[in-house]
Amino acid sequence: MICNYRKRLVENPIHFKWKMKFLVCEERSRTTTLCSLFSQGLVYNVFSEGKSLRDDDVLQNLPVGTTATLYFRDLGPQVGWTMVFLAEYFGPLFIYLLFYFRAPYIYSHQDAFTSSPHSVVTLACACHTCHYIKRLIETIFVHRFSHGTMPLRTIVRNCVYYWAFSAWLAFYINHPLYTPPSYGDMQVNYALAIFVLCELGNFSIHVALNNLKAEGGPKCRKFPHPTKNPFTWLFFFVSCPNYTYEVGAWASFSVMTQCLPVALFTFLAFIQMTIWAKGKHKTYSREFKDYPHLRMPIIPLLL
Amino acid sequence: MSAPDMGTTKTAHSDVTPKKKRGPGALATAYLVIYNVVMTAGWLVIAVGLVRAYLVRGSYHGLYFSIEKPLKFFQTGALLEILHCAVGIVPSSVVLTGFQVLSRVFLTWAVTHSVREVQSEDSVLLFVSAWTITEIIRYSFYTFSLLNHLPYLIKWARYTFFLVLYPMGVTGELLTIYAALPYVQKTGLYSVTLPNKYNFSFDYYTFLILTMVSYIPLFPQLYFHMMRQRKKVLAHVEEYKTE
Repeated sequence: MICNYRKRLVENPIHFKWKMKFLVCEERSRTTTLCSLFSQGLVYNVFSEGKSLRDDDVLQNLPVGTTATLYFRDLGPQVGWTMVFLAEYFGPLFIYLLFYFRAPYIYSHQDAFTSSPHSVVTLACACHTCHYIKRLIETIFVHRFSHGTMPLRTIVRNCVYYWAFSAWLAFYINHPLYTPPSYGDMQVNYALAIFVLCELGNFSIHVALNNLKAEGGPKCRKFPHPTKNPFTWLFFFVSCPNYTYEVGAWASFSVMTQCLPVALFTFLAFIQMTIWAKGKHKTYSREFKDYPHLRMPIIPLLL
Repeated sequence: MSAPDMGTTKTAHSDVTPKKKRGPGALATAYLVIYNVVMTAGWLVIAVGLVRAYLVRGSYHGLYFSIEKPLKFFQTGALLEILHCAVGIVPSSVVLTGFQVLSRVFLTWAVTHSVREVQSEDSVLLFVSAWTITEIIRYSFYTFSLLNHLPYLIKWARYTFFLVLYPMGVTGELLTIYAALPYVQKTGLYSVTLPNKYNFSFDYYTFLILTMVSYIPLFPQLYFHMMRQRKKVLAHVEEYKTE
């Protein structure tokens, strides 16, 4: 009975709302979840009695009688989180290198395949490349994503944003008329040191968050806490130190290259991450009664 | 872009389903009524100014100079509407309203005011008159809506006049930007070139061209959205009338 409905669903893709009635058999409904019934690479929002249902909802626990009416809404083409991040990070990595090696048709003809005389330009390329390689490594090996997905439209929009912005900032840093920082090597070296520290910090936080998921198990939820790693001690002051370190890395990169487009990118990233951090902070505060009061969302003591 | 009604679709919805929406408080309503009355009056001043200038001069050309100051004042004043949405006393999207108002302000200051040579163009009259008629209807619509005494004529005008005024305004705007291009390129207005200390460059000429290109996807979307709104709002009233 249930198999027939699944077959029908696959053969007739839903483009709008659709209603389905089926008999809820006593024995099987005790363990049958919606996920096992309907997930066949088709992503839907399932509703019953006006309430949205989750993948792991068990049939028997639904507030229905012997006949269940389920409403489906097709969410359109989706992409898994891993694919999303891989697409978003490979783009800037590759595009920046195109500009660094001055591929033809970007700058004037005689500048093609030349290199900049300034060491800071090579350093910036190394930093940018390492930043995105680190992100790719984290995506593949560190992060554990839920089965969630992202709509195709959103990933296209995100990719356009990241790729276009990295092209724009790479254009100026690798330009033949690039002007090195005003305070010379001192400015570059201090900024580089802070950049490296922030990258290490960001990585440490991601590892710590990942271990948190592992030690707690799926049902037991704990909020993140400082560990032996000094970089995680920022957890004493902020809820989302990974965002703090990320902003720090980009800010130091701006100072290192003294490039206004990079500063603009940093500013926009800061706004977006602050919004995310505030949301997370609110979720933590609401969920855990003993959540530390000292912690701010993203900037210690301030924001 | 002269898309005056985009940001207020929710207000339009509120005409259709008055019971569902909770309006702003009494103080906010009073303030909004005053604001909308002032804006209606302001755009009426501009309209009268245009007509008087035409009668005095006897020709359509160069009328911009007679209404330059009130136009700048009242169009810039519309920036307050972004604040209204942000604070929440107007149930519209901040982003949508912001986009509309900023595009108007951009055309007023960054194109017409900044490039003196286009001020005597006829395209300026085209978009100014489109804006004037639209804004008078729109602000009086809001005023009456807030006071819950909206005459059908105003509602009809608001959802019908745009059919002609919107393309008219867009044409005027595009022609004006196009007319400004050679002067911007010649003088390098608002442009920054390399090399400089902050490794940044901006070409206003290219920016204006991209702005013109952006009308291509945006204008049809907004126009057809308004047409759909028109069907919804005016059809509903007809149903009500036949009961």
